Amino acid sequence: MARTEIKIGGFGGQGVILSGYIIGRAAAIYDSKHATMIQAFGPEARGSACSAQIVVSAEPIAYPYITTPQIMIVMSQEAYTKFSPELAEGGILITEEELVKTHNLRKDLKHFSIPATRFAEELGRKMVLNIVMMGFMTSVTGIVGVEAMRQAVKVSVPKGTEHLNLNAFNKGFEYGEKLKSGAA
Amino acid sequence: MTEESMDIDMSMPTNTVEEFLRMERMPHIWCPGCGIGTTVNCFAHALETSGLDLKKVSIVSGIGCTGRVAGYLKLDSFHTTHGRALPFATGLKLANPDLKVVVYSGDGDLTAIGGNHFIHAARRNVDMTVILINNFIYGMTGGQVAPTTPIGATASTAPYGNFEEPFNLPYLAESCGAVYVARWTAYHVRHATKAIKDALLKRGFSFVEILAPCPTLYSRRNRLGDGLDQMKFYKDNSEIKNGADTKTLGLSFQGKIIVGKFVDKDKPTYLDSMNAFYAQKFGDTYSPYKG
Amino acid sequence: MKADPKGVVAGAYFIDGDHACAEGAIAAGCRFVAGYPITPSTEIVERIAERFPLIGGMFIQMEDEIASSIAIQGAVWGGKKAMTVTSGPGFSLMMEHIGLAAMTETPCVFVDVQRGGPSTGLPTLPGQGDMMQARWGSHGDYGIIALCPNSPQESFDLTIKAFNLAEQYRVPVLVMLDECVGHMTERVVVPPADEIEITPRRYWDGPKEGFLLFKAGPDRVPPMVKAGDGYNIHVTSLTHDERGYPVMTAAAQEKLVRRLIDKIRLNSDAIVECREEQTAGADVVIVSYGITSRIAIPAIEQARREGVKVGHLRLITAWPFPAKRIRELSHHVSCFVVPEINYGQMVREVERCVAGRTRVERVSHGGGAVHNPKDIYAKIMSCGKEERK
Repeated sequence: MARTEIKIGGFGGQGVILSGYIIGRAAAIYDSKHATMIQAFGPEARGSACSAQIVVSAEPIAYPYITTPQIMIVMSQEAYTKFSPELAEGGILITEEELVKTHNLRKDLKHFSIPATRFAEELGRKMVLNIVMMGFMTSVTGIVGVEAMRQAVKVSVPKGTEHLNLNAFNKGFEYGEKLKSGAA
Repeated sequence: MTEESMDIDMSMPTNTVEEFLRMERMPHIWCPGCGIGTTVNCFAHALETSGLDLKKVSIVSGIGCTGRVAGYLKLDSFHTTHGRALPFATGLKLANPDLKVVVYSGDGDLTAIGGNHFIHAARRNVDMTVILINNFIYGMTGGQVAPTTPIGATASTAPYGNFEEPFNLPYLAESCGAVYVARWTAYHVRHATKAIKDALLKRGFSFVEILAPCPTLYSRRNRLGDGLDQMKFYKDNSEIKNGADTKTLGLSFQGKIIVGKFVDKDKPTYLDSMNAFYAQKFGDTYSPYKG
Repeated sequence: MKADPKGVVAGAYFIDGDHACAEGAIAAGCRFVAGYPITPSTEIVERIAERFPLIGGMFIQMEDEIASSIAIQGAVWGGKKAMTVTSGPGFSLMMEHIGLAAMTETPCVFVDVQRGGPSTGLPTLPGQGDMMQARWGSHGDYGIIALCPNSPQESFDLTIKAFNLAEQYRVPVLVMLDECVGHMTERVVVPPADEIEITPRRYWDGPKEGFLLFKAGPDRVPPMVKAGDGYNIHVTSLTHDERGYPVMTAAAQEKLVRRLIDKIRLNSDAIVECREEQTAGADVVIVSYGITSRIAIPAIEQARREGVKVGHLRLITAWPFPAKRIRELSHHVSCFVVPEINYGQMVREVERCVAGRTRVERVSHGGGAVHNPKDIYAKIMSCGKEERK
């Protein structure tokens, strides 16, 4: 597997960093790959745009930052506007259906969208929308193995919420599978 | 009589505190009439009667005339950097709580450059004894103005007299959390010795201020005579007022000096608080920290 | 000796360089940490503060970095392995106490997670501008050891090494992280305790009578004791003799300070560590350290694809500097290229060792980001061109 750059954007408090952490942990610990995560640190308050950058590769990773991500997951309108121009030609864009209106969508991109907020609400906790997104991302990109992702979700979420989060992950994953088979 | 003791010249008066001193380092650097040596004598007597295991007593000094005390005492002794005796002592004590840690330093070292450390060490109530020798001046560097110099007194960097408000050190120590606060002068050797002993045996941050003459710089520049004249001044102008409100203890130039024991209370030390807090937090999984 | 299993939780983790540093310190046997919050190093003390209560450690947040950097030295004389952690502005405040540790030969570890400077600079962004300060920051002359991790795994490994070197040479050791490595999250393997080699404190085990705290053995390193052991030690920041007593003479200064320098200088073959890759037969050698050693790799690979013979020498120990090796290479290499996130610090060491025998090119970056690998590539190619002329 070649070097793949992933960027996750949203607003503070949405679990952007945790999402990046789960992808990296899944790849580096449970999927025998290399992964490097960089957080965009800044003095920003909660609610402002924030991002996580993850590089996943079969080879050791030298340069840790991402320059032209092949995969982008956005969970806020601001993140879409700010970050989506960075996507590589032909890259994969994954958006939250209700939070992001993809106007002026680049034609070269492969775009996947999911009503993750609604799914999360159906599960009883809007908080888990980022984990729904992770399940969906796993399905549509195949960048990290699904079992590795499930493991990483299980050990990375707060104790006592593992079941809820795995359900959220599975919900997103299944939606992705259905979408791929044209059933959604 | 053993052969060894036969060698002692019995005609020479023996110094009873010699066993506490690094005699091979004598003579010391202090000027004739300086009060620091007197306080060391008090300290040695206090140690002698304290019953403390001397092996477990460590002394820490900063820099300055009083900073040299650590080097003359036959204890584990640490002569650190200017102003930083207290954080060094904090590390030493917390690393090995079995040690009795004494900080022995001057007014400039402990309350000017080391002032921030002073307030925080007192606030934390780290179990240690602080002996502060206040000679109203920076002695080692040639008599500059200090945060303790009384208004009107002259110093090499206040040649027309000091106009800055000086610290009232017992008030400062008490406000920050010290559990034992006393002030004496180099004249009050018995009281000072008793105070040091009490402080050594007190759990928590104990503080003893001892006013001491600096005949070479402070007294001469201010035309106050020699060391003996200053001792006489202390004798005539000190008033013992145990339990006095520390707010009232500010010192003026050649004014009245209130001495005594002002604070003596019990409060959990830093380690007491930490251990109690974590024991409650973690239950049986927590082993009390013992160093 | 092997690590104390109490502190070591073996396994594979996905953690950042700061957290890995904390775990390295714990594995090394560090049980006293004093610190003051400062970005981007704070995560180290946060992890220590969380981990220490249940493994018998003592963490104290001091009133400033000055206090932190001397509290650890008190703790060392109290018998602990101790560390403080900071970044640029705090590192500047600690300088006097790096000198104190050097002068009193107090084994301890200082971690500096470098950010952009000078002054408050760029608190959340990387820099490598403290490298010369690490060597020369305290007044007077002394020897020092400084290590440069380039990944969270190395942050773990080299923090252990830092503690080991501190004990071996009775010297302060500096771990020169940078914001990028400190905040970068990667796989970190914590081996089982019985696979971690620890250098114990070199306590004196001879007779008490006549013991001298500053009398060095053949390796120029004196043995240690601790407070409370009945030696009546005297430790002073003043120039001192073998007893530890102040001696205010040029002769005492020459004897003591020369030894403080020589114990590092003359042991440097044993201390120096660098990683070399394809330096044999190279035309151009990149000399790099910390995060920049990773940023240089895409540039090196691209230049190699263009046919340039590029070697890579990475400093693990910045101090002592691998002078001997650079000197050897300078006889065969046509150009050294030194990228670093400052306007030219370690490159001066390269220039000193090369002594005009060959070209030395710097690729400077003021901080706030890492280099663009293209800039390093361009410099390599310009060296190559010069050579072909």
